[in-house]
Amino acid sequence: MAYELIAVAVILPLFGFILNGLVGSRINNERFSGIAGCVTVGISFTIALAAFFDMLASPPEGRAHFVHLFRWITAGSFSADIGFQIDQLSILMMLIVTGVGFVIHVYSIGYMHGDPGFWRFFAYLNLFIFAMLNLILADNFLLMFLGWEGVGLCSYLLIGFWYDRKFEKGTTADAAKKAFIVNRIGDFGFLIGMFLLVITFGTLNFQSVFSQASAFAVGTPVFLWISLSLFLGATGKSAQIPLFVWLPDAMAGPTPVSALIHAATMVTAGVYMVARCAVLFALAPPAMTVVAVIGALTALFAATIGLVQNDIKKVLAYSTISQLGYMFLAMGVGAFSAGIFHVMTHAFFKALLFLGAGAVIHTMHDEQNIQSMGGLSAPMPITSKTFLVATLAIAGIPPLSGFVSKDEILWRAFDSGHAVLWVMGLVGAVLTALYMMRLYTLTFSGAPRWEHGKHPHEAPWSMTIPLIVLAILACVGGIAGWPSSLGGNNAIEQWLDPVFNHALIKLAASHEGGGGSEYLLMALSVAVAASGVYIARRLYLGRNELPLDLSRRFSRLYALLLNKYYVDEVYDAVVVTPVVKGSETLLWKGIDTGVIDWCINTGARLVGVLGASLRLIQTGVARSYVLVFVVGVLAVISWLLLH
Amino acid sequence: MMVSSVITLMLAVPVAGAMLVALLPRDNPRMIKLVGLGLALATLAVSCLLWFGFDAANPLMQFEEKLPWIAGIDVSYHVGVDGIALLLVLLTTFLFPLALLASWQSIQKELKGYVALMLLLEAGTLGVFVSLDMVLFYVFWEFMLVPMYFIIGIWGGPERVYAATKFFLYTMAGSLLMLVAIIWLGYYASTLNGGRFTADFLKLYDIAPTIPLTIQMWMFLAFAVSFAIKVPLFPLHTWLPDAHVQAPTAGSVILAGVLLKMGTFGLVRFCLPLFPSAALVFMPYIAALAVIGIVYGALVSMVQPDLKKLVAYSSVSHMGFIVLGIFAMNEEGLQGSVLQMVNHGLSTGALFLLVGMIYDRRHTRLIKEFGGIARVMPVYATFFMIVMLSSAGLPGLNGFVGEFLILLGAFKSAVLGTPAFAIVGASGVILAAVYLLWSYQQVFFGKVERPENAALKDLSLREWIVLVPVLVFIVWIGWHPATFLNTSAAASKQVIHRIEEARKGNLPGKAQAVQQQSGTPEAAR
Repeated sequence: MAYELIAVAVILPLFGFILNGLVGSRINNERFSGIAGCVTVGISFTIALAAFFDMLASPPEGRAHFVHLFRWITAGSFSADIGFQIDQLSILMMLIVTGVGFVIHVYSIGYMHGDPGFWRFFAYLNLFIFAMLNLILADNFLLMFLGWEGVGLCSYLLIGFWYDRKFEKGTTADAAKKAFIVNRIGDFGFLIGMFLLVITFGTLNFQSVFSQASAFAVGTPVFLWISLSLFLGATGKSAQIPLFVWLPDAMAGPTPVSALIHAATMVTAGVYMVARCAVLFALAPPAMTVVAVIGALTALFAATIGLVQNDIKKVLAYSTISQLGYMFLAMGVGAFSAGIFHVMTHAFFKALLFLGAGAVIHTMHDEQNIQSMGGLSAPMPITSKTFLVATLAIAGIPPLSGFVSKDEILWRAFDSGHAVLWVMGLVGAVLTALYMMRLYTLTFSGAPRWEHGKHPHEAPWSMTIPLIVLAILACVGGIAGWPSSLGGNNAIEQWLDPVFNHALIKLAASHEGGGGSEYLLMALSVAVAASGVYIARRLYLGRNELPLDLSRRFSRLYALLLNKYYVDEVYDAVVVTPVVKGSETLLWKGIDTGVIDWCINTGARLVGVLGASLRLIQTGVARSYVLVFVVGVLAVISWLLLH
Repeated sequence: MMVSSVITLMLAVPVAGAMLVALLPRDNPRMIKLVGLGLALATLAVSCLLWFGFDAANPLMQFEEKLPWIAGIDVSYHVGVDGIALLLVLLTTFLFPLALLASWQSIQKELKGYVALMLLLEAGTLGVFVSLDMVLFYVFWEFMLVPMYFIIGIWGGPERVYAATKFFLYTMAGSLLMLVAIIWLGYYASTLNGGRFTADFLKLYDIAPTIPLTIQMWMFLAFAVSFAIKVPLFPLHTWLPDAHVQAPTAGSVILAGVLLKMGTFGLVRFCLPLFPSAALVFMPYIAALAVIGIVYGALVSMVQPDLKKLVAYSSVSHMGFIVLGIFAMNEEGLQGSVLQMVNHGLSTGALFLLVGMIYDRRHTRLIKEFGGIARVMPVYATFFMIVMLSSAGLPGLNGFVGEFLILLGAFKSAVLGTPAFAIVGASGVILAAVYLLWSYQQVFFGKVERPENAALKDLSLREWIVLVPVLVFIVWIGWHPATFLNTSAAASKQVIHRIEEARKGNLPGKAQAVQQQSGTPEAAR
């Protein structure tokens, strides 16, 4: 196969963006915009599939391909190209992005029907796919960064898509701005990481950097700084502690956006980046520990918040943050392919959850509070069934996909000797099962709690077919990584093995799973998940009084969780307000106007005063000159006489 | 013959044009505007001859012309361009027609004088970039102040006289120091020039670096202060917000787009090559001021209630990047700075154009007066968004390439010796997003709450024509900066080479640049 076609697959969505921006905006036709948006992504997906099967047919060592387009930037000894690297890792990501992306594009035709910004929506969505493909297919850090910032821009545009709507305390535009700026803080880390790479390796090309890096010894100091800088970037994009605060607010965007960008694809970019740089992290064991700890902490922390939220999308948002934490936990303990596997399964079930939530919100006329829902399984059979599948998958019920990937991560965490991290992951798993089943139960089961006058109905086919497709994937996706201990061959690990080879050698990690303890742990996590599901079902079905009771008894804790540990408020008080107030009073009115301009103006005034006094000797009045002259002559004469 | 006097032709067109405009009948504003625009476009066309005839591989001055000027001493009409100057010349000739077109309707009084002064201003700024004689350079440098002073002082806002005077005096104070240094340098060099005073840049290029360090340091300082005021480098920047806010739109575009570049250009053209050893001594202080300017300008920009003042302070921040790149003293940094001079001219120029467009409609620039404009003027909002992102350094648009190279250069700079400058500077990238997105949101998003905003008309055809060319280059440089980086590469390399020599302690004996300088002037005759 001609891999140059990959370039076509990248550029097509850009073409769709331009088409919708220039033509779609003029004719304002939903059919045109929808088709232009979907077809371009559909073709990209087809090309990705063709490349994938071609690679499948090739021997493992011949699977990586490089497509060089042109020289981008040259200055001094530095240069960077526009070029793509198609290997086992990037093709997998490409399949997820274009595949799930295509499904969500189709869904959006139904979801955005009737919106005056229909063409704009599809233009942005296509631009996102373009940027995301650059991010994952780039053969160097700089092009990856272009994609990285590009997806951030699309996220900004799409969160603020309904830019005049109210959202929580402000508007959707506030949420959009927050997302972009918090991501920029992460990008600062990415930039510094790139500078360090250039001074260490003289290039930003992946191949060259990674092959040079494998010659270094584990523990070389510069790798710690490189890894931590890059990881700061990852915490921004993938919403980890301390930069996770933008993702819950990102739910201000239309729901397909939450599904595509803020669940399935863009937010996993940080995980992808760490996986791509696996060898750099492997050379800095402390950085690996940092990644694992941050991941486990975030997984647990976000899950506790998810327990008490009442906005259907907020629950899912915290759930996404938590699941991303699991992925970083995997990265940090050296289970790179397990982490990527979880990226894949998560893309299926989380996209499904969001699209299901979107169908609910749509039919409930923008109602998002699950306390005012209930009983929706009767009017929405397809949505509720597919939602249940996704709920069980994320909760970790075998044999659904989420079970396979999450269990792999937990087992690897345990196996790597990080028992504490494993415990955190396990507790997180209970909480996940709890809050997800709570969400499902409050939304779909029990008696209806919505006001009269609402007539929920099943979504149109353009929305339900995507749900069904994703539900199937969420069910069977686990096969790709079925562990050997259960009679599988963990195909995905074998597939990705060549990519992570260098890193794994550095880690000297054992590839062997299995052994008695693996079964024990597996049984334990299944038991934990099942009990979580069971408890939530018991608590929330039929309006059990216990949850209310608990929230009253532990009102402090409840308020803490409900208010998301007040992280936003703390950031505001500690960072935002002092910087803004300081800039205004100290810098602008203080230094600029008060000091510098005062000096300048006073200086000018002094010159003026001096000039005014000197003017007295240049009056042009002959009599005063004579007076001065006479006084002078007298003075000279008297001086001469006295000496 | 024709080819060798392209630069003179390029300077002559706007000067002759200004005279021509002065002769036009006062009662036909349309004709005055069309003639002015036509002449600015003719100047652009002539400058394109330079672009197409330029040999990028050649680091030496090209299109040189030399005519004796003051008999007895080495002061001559000596012009020429290298790759760095060429880019700035093109930026100038590109922005002037747009600036004239932008003031098509907003300038009502004394139109004739306005157009004539704009053309004179163009000639003056072009002269600064092409001068290869210090006295000639100084004449152009001072000359260009006059039209700018009147443009702010006559066609400016309510505080225009204060702003124009402040602008004039600030710059004047610096340039007098420069004049002293030019004279001192010329006399100092006379001992090595057969007893003749010399202002010839190519001769001084060889002589100046051999001057003892203490004297070099004084000369460097005199030049550097003059240029730093123009840049403007913190803390010499306070003339800029006033001048920008009071200037008419076209004045702001030229001020930010071209005039500020004269400062950074001066640093690259004169301060580094003539006094490399002194530059190395002052480097840490200037780099520190540049970095302070980056952060300070961004923070102050963030809290401005006036859109134009916000853009003005953002210039302080962006120009700080350019100075930082220059004083990184390596090819990455310098090339980034040269490209960023062009980028800043395009992006900030476009921002001023855009602010002017909304001011023409609403006669206010206060951010709180707006809101929801995206709903009323979607095309305008889109243009503004793209330019804003270019200014914020989004990859794929022009600003990123320059900023990245500057920060990379500063990070790896052996001269700076520490990545600290780059790290602090890089935080400016975060802050740029903060102030730009913040203001964008308040102006464009939300609901339309003021009735006077509800009926605003979207962009006219004329405004489209003003903005589209800028946007083309914003995207072009973002994806294919090589077109422009290649032009200045050889010249930048030469500057860096000079610094390297000074660092190694072997001051240049006979530099290559001087060898071809004789010969061409005769051909020009």
